[in-house]
Amino acid sequence: MFLQIEAVSKSFAGDSGTDYPVFSDLDLAISENQFVALLGPSGCGKSTLLSMVAGLESISKGRIALEGNAIEAPDTDRGMVFQEGAIFPWLSVKENVMFPLKGTMSKEQASQVADRHLKMVHLSRFKTNFPHELSGGMQQRVAIARALAMDPKVLLMDEPFGALDEQTRHILHEELMKIWEETKKTIVFVTHSIQEAIKLSDRVVVMGTRPGRIIADFDIDIPRPRQRSDERVIEIEERIMSLLEVEIQKVLEEELDYDTAY
Amino acid sequence: MILLIKRLLFIVVVVGIWQLVYSSGVFPDVAFPSPSQVVEALYTGFADGEFVHALLASFKHLIIGLTLAILIGTLLGVLLGKSKQANDIAGMYLVSLQSIPSIVWVPLAILIFGFNELSVIFVVILGGTFVMALNVRTAIHSVPPTFIRAARTMGAHGMNLFFKVEVPASLPYFVSGLRLAWAFSWRALMAGELLSNGPGLGYSLRYAMDYALMETVIGIIIIIGVIGSVVDQLVFSKIEKHVMKRWGLTK
Ligand SMILES: Nc1ncnc2c1ncn2[C@@H]1O[C@H](COP(=O)(O)OP(=O)(O)OP(=O)(O)O)[C@@H](O)[C@H]1O
Ligand SMILES: [Mg+2]
Repeated sequence: MFLQIEAVSKSFAGDSGTDYPVFSDLDLAISENQFVALLGPSGCGKSTLLSMVAGLESISKGRIALEGNAIEAPDTDRGMVFQEGAIFPWLSVKENVMFPLKGTMSKEQASQVADRHLKMVHLSRFKTNFPHELSGGMQQRVAIARALAMDPKVLLMDEPFGALDEQTRHILHEELMKIWEETKKTIVFVTHSIQEAIKLSDRVVVMGTRPGRIIADFDIDIPRPRQRSDERVIEIEERIMSLLEVEIQKVLEEELDYDTAY
Repeated sequence: MILLIKRLLFIVVVVGIWQLVYSSGVFPDVAFPSPSQVVEALYTGFADGEFVHALLASFKHLIIGLTLAILIGTLLGVLLGKSKQANDIAGMYLVSLQSIPSIVWVPLAILIFGFNELSVIFVVILGGTFVMALNVRTAIHSVPPTFIRAARTMGAHGMNLFFKVEVPASLPYFVSGLRLAWAFSWRALMAGELLSNGPGLGYSLRYAMDYALMETVIGIIIIIGVIGSVVDQLVFSKIEKHVMKRWGLTK
């Protein structure tokens, strides 16, 4: 498989010396060109899993491999887009996009590649602007262009549109769909929004919590563009919703128990 | 514009009150000169080149001392900011060193270097180094982790990560550090020169005191205040504002 997550466990060291497990023995196989959405209640380990694929977070047990090569450290074959605030304020829009290209190609080449990707996200006009002059949506487009410019095999997105307003998010969905159709990148997309997941992806992986694990895996073979009012969309939406409600209820009950016990 | 007029008016009022108190004769003339006497002292001081000479000497001490303070302070700050071990061991001492008023170093400097310019420069260095180091340490600690994580996903690591991301990301605090280092060094410079054998503005001040030239004393105090605020406003405040804006820290 293209991206293989095999029996992966993650635990963080707790304050009392005991390990705090996030998830254990997680398996997930993602094929090339697939757009996979990762859904789940807060704290189930979505960001942690994505960071592990990026190589930013160590793997406690198990193995993650991209095209058969085990992942140990971050590298340019995996690009990542964060929720917000990850583009560099001291660089212009274009310099931001050129950042990962320095050292891998000549300056002119890097400049061309950056221009091409800025065009892709419709930011050619703002090349020379600085991040503080851009709206939140534009900043995320810079982040997407920057991640794509280094031509990664996988694009990891951690709630990339989570901080944006509805309108902007809608526009960026369309742009991302277009980009994905053009580039056919493998994308792992973490989101809190069931609708967003169903609207964009080929496959929705639902995670549960305590312990973190995969509780469902849906293939979404509804032709794009997908309408919110589409019966098939609504049906999957309801199934995921009821699954997540159980999980969220579990978290609430646990927290309630904790509060009454102490 | 209106603010500027208000500020000018304010100064006019203050000088007016000063003149009134002087005219009332409550204080003896030796201890309380009139505004015009001070202006005259300033004029002659500059006209006969004495103040110019003193100012040049002071700026020489300041530039040498502050440059070294910035260099040493930055190196110390980077060391403490990057190495947790170094910070655990030495970090708290830096705070206590910073809390020592610079004038306290003067006797030490004189005993080591004697009554000369070297001891003045030494005091200026001590005055600026610790505050610089503290700010550089804060600067490094306050680099947003997302910047580092993002840079790592783009293949940056080691020295490249440090110089291309951590250094620029910490610039706002670095600039605040520069501003404070300047302010502290300027104070230290005056403390050091006051007890030195000159030349320098602080030395001229003590000389005027020894000869009971009150109008010169006040004139020099005014020069010191004006230089302090002008450099802060025209140089450091401007740089800081520019950096804060670019870094998106003000809206
Ligand atoms: N560096 C860390 N040290 C200790 N615990 C951590 C660390 N990072 C994450 N955790 C814990 O791991 C669990 C999973 O966190 P993670 O951020 O992956 O969740 P998530 O699914 O992305 O949540 P959200 O939807 O709120 O973003 C949480 O309980 C969190 O407290
Ligand atoms: Mg998260």
